[in-house]
Amino acid sequence: MASNSHDTSHEAGHAHDAAHGAVDAAHGAHDVAHGASGMPQLDFSTYGNQIFWLLVTLVVIFMILSRVALPRIAAILSERQGAITNDLAAAEDLKSKALEAENAYNQALADARAEAQRIAAQARAEIQADLDVAIAKADADIAAKAAESEKAIAEIQAGAVESIKLVATDTAKALVTALGGKADAKAVAAAVTAKMEG
Amino acid sequence: MEGDLAYIGAGLAGMGTGIAALGVGNVAANFLAGALRNPSAAASQTATLFIGIAFAEALGIFSFLVALLLMFAV
Amino acid sequence: MGKLFFYVALALVLVSGIIFGSPDGKLAIHPMDQFTVEPFFGGAHVGLFTVTNVTLWMALAIAAIAAILVMGTARRSIVPSRSQSVAELAYGFVYKMVEDVAGKDAVKFFPYIFTVFMFIVTSNFLGLIPMSFTTTSHFAVTGVLALVVFVAITVTGFVLHGAKFLALFWVSSAPLPLRPVLALIEVISYFVRPVSLCIRLAGNIMAGHAVLKVFAGFAGALGAASFLPIFAISAFYALEVLVAFIQAYVFTILTCVYLKDALHPSH
Repeated sequence: MASNSHDTSHEAGHAHDAAHGAVDAAHGAHDVAHGASGMPQLDFSTYGNQIFWLLVTLVVIFMILSRVALPRIAAILSERQGAITNDLAAAEDLKSKALEAENAYNQALADARAEAQRIAAQARAEIQADLDVAIAKADADIAAKAAESEKAIAEIQAGAVESIKLVATDTAKALVTALGGKADAKAVAAAVTAKMEG
Repeated sequence: MEGDLAYIGAGLAGMGTGIAALGVGNVAANFLAGALRNPSAAASQTATLFIGIAFAEALGIFSFLVALLLMFAV
Repeated sequence: MGKLFFYVALALVLVSGIIFGSPDGKLAIHPMDQFTVEPFFGGAHVGLFTVTNVTLWMALAIAAIAAILVMGTARRSIVPSRSQSVAELAYGFVYKMVEDVAGKDAVKFFPYIFTVFMFIVTSNFLGLIPMSFTTTSHFAVTGVLALVVFVAITVTGFVLHGAKFLALFWVSSAPLPLRPVLALIEVISYFVRPVSLCIRLAGNIMAGHAVLKVFAGFAGALGAASFLPIFAISAFYALEVLVAFIQAYVFTILTCVYLKDALHPSH
C-alpha cells in the first residue's frame, strides 16, 4: 500500500501502479492531486474546511428554525387545536339550540292542541245551549198541547158522564114505571147519582 | 508483503460486520417474539428496539471501519 | 400497464448496459472516490474557507430545510397542504421523541435537537441523489455533530446538578466492592458515546454508498449482463433510503437518551 501513504513521488506512484493495475492507478492519480490516503474521510487536510462549513450550516439552520419555522409551526398546530376546540363548542351550542327549538315546537303544539280543545268545548257548549232552548220550547209546546188535549178529554169525559147520568135516569124511570111504580123524578135522580158515585 | 497482510486483516475484520448482523437479527427476532405475545405493548417499545439495534450495529460498523483502515490507511 | 412498464425498464437497462458497459470489460471500481472533498471552483488546495462540494451540498441542505419548513408552511392553512404536512409531521415526530424519551423538562432543548435531526436527515437524503456528495459520510462532519451533542449534554449535566452529576457513574444499586469497577466501565462507556455516535452515522452512510458504487462497477464490467447488478442496485437503494432515515432517527433518539441522563443522572 505504499502508493497510498503520503507524499510519494510521482515516479514511485507510477511504478507501483504498474504492479497493481487500474484500481491503484486511479488512487495514485487521486493521491497525487490531493496528497492524501485512499480514504477521503481520513484526509485530515480537509477537516478544517468541513468543520468550518458544518458549523456555519448548523448555525444557519438553527437560526432559520428557531426564528421562523418552529414558532410558525407551533402557531399553526395550536391554531388548529383552537379551531377544533371552537368547532366542538359551536357544535355543542348548535345542539343545545336545536334542543331548545324542539322544546318550543312541542310547547306550541301543546298550546295549539289545548286551544283547539277549548274552542271545541265552547262550540259544544253553545250548541248545547241552543239545543236546551229548543228542547225547552218543544217541551213547552208539547205541554201546552197536552194540556189542551187533556182539557178536551176532560170535557168529553164530563159530557159522557152527564149523558150516562141522563140515560141511567131515563132508564131507571122507565124501569120503575114498567114495574108499576110511580116514578118520583127527584128520588130517581138522587139514587142514580148515589150509585154512580158509589 | 506487508500490504498483502493488511488485506488479509481487512478480510478478517470484515467478518465482524457479519457477526454484528447476527446480533442485530437477534435483537429484532426477540422483539418480534415479544411483540407477538403482547402486541399492545409493542408500539411503545419501538424506540427501545431501534436503540438496541443501533448499539448492536455500532460494533459491526467499528469492525467495518477497521477493515477500511487496514485497506486504505495502513 | 404495469407489465409494459416493467418490460420497457428491462429493455432500457439492457441497452444502457451495452452502451455504457466498459468496452474492454475491465473491473474499474473506485468506491471511495465519491467521498472526495474538492474545491468547487477548480484548483487543488482545500483551505479553511475554500468553497468546496461540501459547501455546495450543505447549502443545498439548508435550502431544502428552508423549502420544507419555511416555504411549505407559508400559507399557515388549518387544513395542511402536502409540504406543510411534511413539516408538521417532522415537527411532531421529533417533539414527541424528545418528550417521550428525554422527559417533559427536555422540551426546552427541542430546537437544538430538531436542528441536528433536520440536518442529518436532509443530508442523508440529498446524498442519495445520484452523483451527489454526502456530507454525513465524513467523520469530520459526524464527529463534530457528536462532539457538539456530547459537550452540550455534559455541560448541561454539570450546570444543573453540579458534582451530583458524577453519580451517573457511581452505581449505588451494585454491591460496594463492585462499584469502582463499574464506575470505570461507566466512565469509559460515557466517553465512547460520541465516538460511537460519530462512527455509526458516517460508517453506515459510507458503507451503503460504497456498496452501491461497487455494484455500479460490476455493472460497468459485465456488459449485456449488467442488468443483474443494476437490479441489485435498485434493491440496495431502497434499503439505503430506509437507512438514511433510520440513522438520523437513531442519532436523534440516542441524543435524547443521553440528554435524559444529564437531566436525571441518578441511577
